[in-house]
Amino acid sequence: MSDIIRVQDVSYEYERADEQGELAVRGVSMRVKKGEWLSILGRNGSGKSTLIKLLNGLFLPTHGSVTVGNFDTRDENHIWDVRQTVGMIFQNPDNQIVATIVEEDVAFGLENLGVSPKEIRQRVDAALAAVRMSEYAAAAPHMLSGGQKQRVAIAGALAMEPDVLLMDEPTAMLDPGGRREVMETVERLHRERGLTVVLVTHFMEEALRGDRVIVMQDGRAILEGPPRELFAKEAEAICRAGLELPPMAELARRLRAKGLSVPGEPMTVEEMAAAFGALRRERRGKHAG
Amino acid sequence: MPVEVRDLTHTYNEDSPFAAAALRDVSFAIEDGEFLGVIGHTGSGKSTLIQHLNGLIRPTSGTVIVNGLDLSDKSTDLRRVRRRVGLVFQYPEYQLFEETVQKDIAFGPRNLGLDGDEVQRRVEEACALVELPFAAVRDKSPFELSGGQKRRVAIAGVLAMEPEVLILDEPTAGLDPAGRDAILALIRRWHEGGRTIVMVSHSMEDVARLADRILVLDHGKKAMEGTPREVFADAGRLQEMGLDVPAATRLARELSDRGFDVPRDLYTLEELEEALLRAFGEGGSAC
Repeated sequence: MSDIIRVQDVSYEYERADEQGELAVRGVSMRVKKGEWLSILGRNGSGKSTLIKLLNGLFLPTHGSVTVGNFDTRDENHIWDVRQTVGMIFQNPDNQIVATIVEEDVAFGLENLGVSPKEIRQRVDAALAAVRMSEYAAAAPHMLSGGQKQRVAIAGALAMEPDVLLMDEPTAMLDPGGRREVMETVERLHRERGLTVVLVTHFMEEALRGDRVIVMQDGRAILEGPPRELFAKEAEAICRAGLELPPMAELARRLRAKGLSVPGEPMTVEEMAAAFGALRRERRGKHAG
Repeated sequence: MPVEVRDLTHTYNEDSPFAAAALRDVSFAIEDGEFLGVIGHTGSGKSTLIQHLNGLIRPTSGTVIVNGLDLSDKSTDLRRVRRRVGLVFQYPEYQLFEETVQKDIAFGPRNLGLDGDEVQRRVEEACALVELPFAAVRDKSPFELSGGQKRRVAIAGVLAMEPEVLILDEPTAGLDPAGRDAILALIRRWHEGGRTIVMVSHSMEDVARLADRILVLDHGKKAMEGTPREVFADAGRLQEMGLDVPAATRLARELSDRGFDVPRDLYTLEELEEALLRAFGEGGSAC
């Protein structure tokens, strides 16, 4: 897989009026590969939200460089190419909806780019269909549920036809149903269209759905790898970073500590139920033998 | 300080074309020292409901009675209620405004007209209750603190009013797992210290772990009310309402369906761990 975003030894310092600035990101180097789902985990204040905002030129690095496709994010001549390649969704659905009708909201970015009305129509319809919100095209956003609002926000990003979708805790303010809706939508777009996803989240189960995880601590990337591998092998480092294992992985770990050998590396409810099924068969086999 | 809500209806923009019923005929009671969890989909009326409990908004119809005072009665002095019912909004750290932590926490008690010594005592006690090192943070700007610390300062500002009933709207939203566990442990301690707690949450796990009783709102109506056991008994109905049961409960039921000797009414990982060790541990029969 080729790299679509390259982050080279990047530091970022927030400017403060009264005193010395503070490094929120310290010397991070990383890649986002085309078509992958990368999750970024870390405590509040670990630098993960700052890092994700560096990936589309919302923030520009204090040191080092961020390249999106062929463009350095500091290159003002190409900042719109960067933003069009890399769309972004934020935590609060109410803060990113600007229009009073759903389809107008989805069209907002395109209108600003001067896309022809005919093409806007096509792209908006396609984007709403992609998040399964077509029937709400004429609805008022404030009448929608939180999960639906986030799907509209995703449609607004998709209408720009980005290669990468950045999401900063998109489910933090949603109810369980909304969380399911948004994660299923993202998973489908990733799987069916090859959308590259970068997800910042505090929910370990969400990271489990992705291909790769980076754990941030004190502005540095301290762990990197496939989620299942990290949750299985780096449990201690993950807890030290203020995080936790997905609930079922945590349960398996506790049971093993008490001497019950749970087979495999179950991380979801379904996998855990299957693991106990296997354990039962194994024990029955022993009894029979 | 008992709370009684009877036939509470609230309509925003009443008498206008934009009238929207946020709550419809909601009735329930909260007993002294109880921990009530409130769950419901986004827009189900949770935030509207809790704003009635300290008189921030008045019912369109129905009554809210706090410690014998009827908040729907226009002659009731709401300040008497507000100092006893503390409300911590969602993302309370956005409401910090003072120059220093000390001043921010002192703002409420000072407005009560308390003397300087009493204000100081309350500020220090509130800091201790949220486990902030007072000496280290008192002169700092609240805006210099980390996200989790800011939230603690904001909650301390409410605790400094020494409320008997504490209402928290999604106190753990946006916090990392360690920050979430720390806040939940504090809330549990305040409850054990005798306070009545009302906690609104989207986390079924958090509610299952802490609440004595759960109120479920759906499209402005009370859909269910009962112990976690009673409310989480019907996973299908909760899912239809945009909610869920805790992951531990889902596993317990999946295993029970497969014929394992595991109770169906388990809500926390701790309970599940114990049940699985009983069923599978040394001497356990495995089925």
